[in-house]
Amino acid sequence: MSGTESIVVDHATKSFTLRYHRTFKQMTVAALRRQDISDTFKAVDDVSFTIQQGESVGLMGLNGSGKSTLLKLINGVMRPEGGAVLTRGRITGLIATGAGFHPQLTGRENIFLNAAVLGMSEAETRRKFDDIAEFAELGKFLDSPVGHYSSGMSSRLGFSVAIHVDSDIFLADEVLAVGDKPFKQKCLEKMQEIRQSGRTLVYVSHAAGSVRKMCDRVIVLEQGKLGFDGDVRAGIKYVKYDSGDETQEELETEDDDLGADI
Amino acid sequence: MTDVTQSAAAVSSPEVRHVDAPLRSPAAGTGLLEVFRRRYLLKLLVRREISARYQGSVLGLLWSYINPLSQFFIYYVVMGVLFNLHEDVENFAIHMFCGIIIVHFFNETFNAGTRSIVRNKALVQKMAMPREMFPVASMLVSGYHVVPQVIIMVVVCVLLGWTPTVIGVAALVTALFIIMVSGTAMALLFSAANVFFRDVSNVAQIMTNFIRFGVPMIYPYTMVQDRFGEFAQFYLLNPIADAVLLFQQAFWVGTTSDPAATAAKHLPASLWAFSGLAVVLSIVMLGIGQVVFSRLENKIPERL
Repeated sequence: MSGTESIVVDHATKSFTLRYHRTFKQMTVAALRRQDISDTFKAVDDVSFTIQQGESVGLMGLNGSGKSTLLKLINGVMRPEGGAVLTRGRITGLIATGAGFHPQLTGRENIFLNAAVLGMSEAETRRKFDDIAEFAELGKFLDSPVGHYSSGMSSRLGFSVAIHVDSDIFLADEVLAVGDKPFKQKCLEKMQEIRQSGRTLVYVSHAAGSVRKMCDRVIVLEQGKLGFDGDVRAGIKYVKYDSGDETQEELETEDDDLGADI
Repeated sequence: MTDVTQSAAAVSSPEVRHVDAPLRSPAAGTGLLEVFRRRYLLKLLVRREISARYQGSVLGLLWSYINPLSQFFIYYVVMGVLFNLHEDVENFAIHMFCGIIIVHFFNETFNAGTRSIVRNKALVQKMAMPREMFPVASMLVSGYHVVPQVIIMVVVCVLLGWTPTVIGVAALVTALFIIMVSGTAMALLFSAANVFFRDVSNVAQIMTNFIRFGVPMIYPYTMVQDRFGEFAQFYLLNPIADAVLLFQQAFWVGTTSDPAATAAKHLPASLWAFSGLAVVLSIVMLGIGQVVFSRLENKIPERL
């Protein structure tokens, strides 16, 4: 009855205002010198693509190319000024390593809060709580404030909550950037599971190896614009073509090594 | 399109999960109505706020009584004992306490609400949720602290021979309604503005000082009427002043020896007309607050 598209991005544009001068004094001085008081740039610039249900898409691009902004448009934290972003079903995932946690609350409380934000009911959270806690491997830290966690621990917790939400679209933004090796493998396995279950997956990564394993399509952003959309191998080649070769090579070997035993 | 040969782990053609949901904007669900639709999340936020407010303090929740009580004693000594105001006003302490409860409720909502979005930036930047949630949660947290204060009030009033009346209950409910709605309205407006200019929270703080003295709390309404005569009606355009007068109608009037005479002397004759106006005014404020908030909301995550 309903269509098969999962995510439709239609000429989406999102620009940010750069503020040079924040205080009144600075603004006055700038105005007297006839400098610009503010400047805008387009983080996502007229991007269009459609992702079908069950597709697994790798989103690649250099730092600052607009990947995270695009994910924020898809998960609804931000709205495009121009064009439209439409999605089907429940969305969850991680944006820029780590979910929105409250530093003063304990891991346990944050699980409930985070799950509620993602649309889970109390009963559903209780049912899945043990799985979430176990996956995050926090042990005795579960009851201490998240503010005291290491970055790896909090992203583990964030990933664990997100992955246990029964979502239709999963967004993973550089999830593997902070976790240690065993956890990375666990995450990759879990994401493969998501992919296998036919849910839509959008995976942001600089690591060519894991994109190759995880995705069946690659979208590349270049300074906010759509640079490439299509086959995985060609996409990875496209990114490499534009970036420093040695660093990319390094990343890839490390990454391949990591994914080898999955 | 697929590149299955490349990926060892990928099992070819996994079954696609078909979602029977409409294609819609992921950011669609905002607004105050959405906040009340997601009551469970609101409950968690309120609970979190209450526990976070007193984290690391020994007395904890007690502070929310110590603060108004200390104000009470300061005003009581200065206004009552020093300026001799309680000679004209029977049960001046109750008269004042009515004001303190209302003003404290409003100011807490206003101040905490103004800071609410900035304080919760970790959530606001990463999770899609109606952001009206935060100011509303601030209002409910402040409201949570009003309950025991009202209980103290009722106990004291009963000891002074007060009995509940229908009109008193109506006044109580109206007063709380006015503060809840107008407080949320101000919190909405200022919380969004505070994201853009942190100066706004300072403005809010100054405004709360005006509010403290702009209501018949440390002085009886009769004084305003005596000084300003005709112009006293402009004073009554302030919804918070009306709420304080309604609270006095609910509690203080009933504790005096001749309630009817007290009401006639110290409360404005047109209190209910002005209260009706205050209700309408606060609802209009809430509407404006919501419209402004929705306008600013798009820019909030990037400006935090």
